[in-house]
Amino acid sequence: MLDKPKLDPEFSSIWTLWKNGQIDLTGSLRSPGHQDPASVKSVEKYRPRRDRSAFSHYVQKSNHLYNILATVLCVFFACLMLMTVANLPLYGDPNAPTVNEVAERYVEKGTEETGAVNTVAGMILDYRAFDTLGESFVLFTSVCAVTILMNLSSKRQHVKHTKESINYADDMIVRGVCRFLVPLIMVFGIYILLNGHLSPGGGFSGGAVLGAGLIIYAMVWGEEQASRIISARLIKTVVLCSLGFYCVAKSYSFFTGANHLHSIISPGTPGRILSAGLILPLNVAVGFVVCCTMYSFYMFFRRGKL
Amino acid sequence: MTALLTYCTNLFNNYEEVVAVILFSIGFCILLFSRNLIKKVVGLDIMDTGVFLLLASRGYIEGRSVPIIVDGVTSMENYINPIPAGLVLTGIVVSVSVSALMLSLTVRIYRTYRTLDVDALYMMMSVSKGGKR
Repeated sequence: MLDKPKLDPEFSSIWTLWKNGQIDLTGSLRSPGHQDPASVKSVEKYRPRRDRSAFSHYVQKSNHLYNILATVLCVFFACLMLMTVANLPLYGDPNAPTVNEVAERYVEKGTEETGAVNTVAGMILDYRAFDTLGESFVLFTSVCAVTILMNLSSKRQHVKHTKESINYADDMIVRGVCRFLVPLIMVFGIYILLNGHLSPGGGFSGGAVLGAGLIIYAMVWGEEQASRIISARLIKTVVLCSLGFYCVAKSYSFFTGANHLHSIISPGTPGRILSAGLILPLNVAVGFVVCCTMYSFYMFFRRGKL
Repeated sequence: MTALLTYCTNLFNNYEEVVAVILFSIGFCILLFSRNLIKKVVGLDIMDTGVFLLLASRGYIEGRSVPIIVDGVTSMENYINPIPAGLVLTGIVVSVSVSALMLSLTVRIYRTYRTLDVDALYMMMSVSKGGKR
């Protein structure tokens, strides 16, 4: 609506007046065309008392009504959900309707068919691989949206110099601990990525750990230093290559009727690190996407560009 | 009377779901009553957490372990339900994306209006409409 409200003297004076309670907005409320008819009518009905107290009275009244309605809504939803919970099957019940033939099939045939020891990884990256592809694209779309909203790289450079920044790299303790900790975090993230089909973890959690390591690096040694090493071009290339690889690796099932998701690579011996066919490369691709997404979120919110 | 008693017993047995509902309600209250846009985003994230807790607790089966096949035992009698875990994974990803999008919108609103209070924002939007543009 307004591009630079700070530089608009008329607007800022109106705002200060309103904040100090000296502005009479009933006139603007009464003028037709830009207010909803209900509030116009309610002010016009009390024309003799067309002062600020009447207006704030209505504001208070509508706030009061809002609070009452919101409380009623909250209590209603809480009671409804508690009633539902009371009618659910018992917690930990082996005969619950959710434990049906689908879950049984995933657990009993999953290792044999996908080669993954971790049934959840086998499920989300083999049987339901398209679902995970959609998740990766949700992350990619949100990065695009954040880029559109937060990008300062071409215009309005003055915004980024207004905030003060603490130089953590001069602090001996922070620098020493981080020099030790950042490689450890990265190695742990890579371990989670590569063991996604063998142990709890996988692309999403491993990517989040890798992204946390990169964010700590950027926080301590400064955003400029971080963006020199991990350039915007590198991030774009990695994300696009990962998503493209995922698409190519899973789109062949369109030609086989989309119901036959066997890997080209053989599942191998379950339990080995080089097993489970396509699950390991797909885990790595998802991990790269998540890592770059987290890092780009941090950089866009902190700096306005990659 | 007995119906009410069964009700309470069921609620006590499903205590994890009750906690999930309480978390969801807390998040909903923050979303409705807080005037600060960032606190509204936090409230939405707490609501998400409640949903994840509900899903994860629905997948649990008494006395069974995580669905990672150990020693070649592939009988369903030994493992919990793996499907809610996959659903929670999807939910977490969507939750992160939605929070990032909403926070960046909040940043843009703050840069334009220099406030995060919804009432002040509404007032400023109506003043700027009637006044200048």
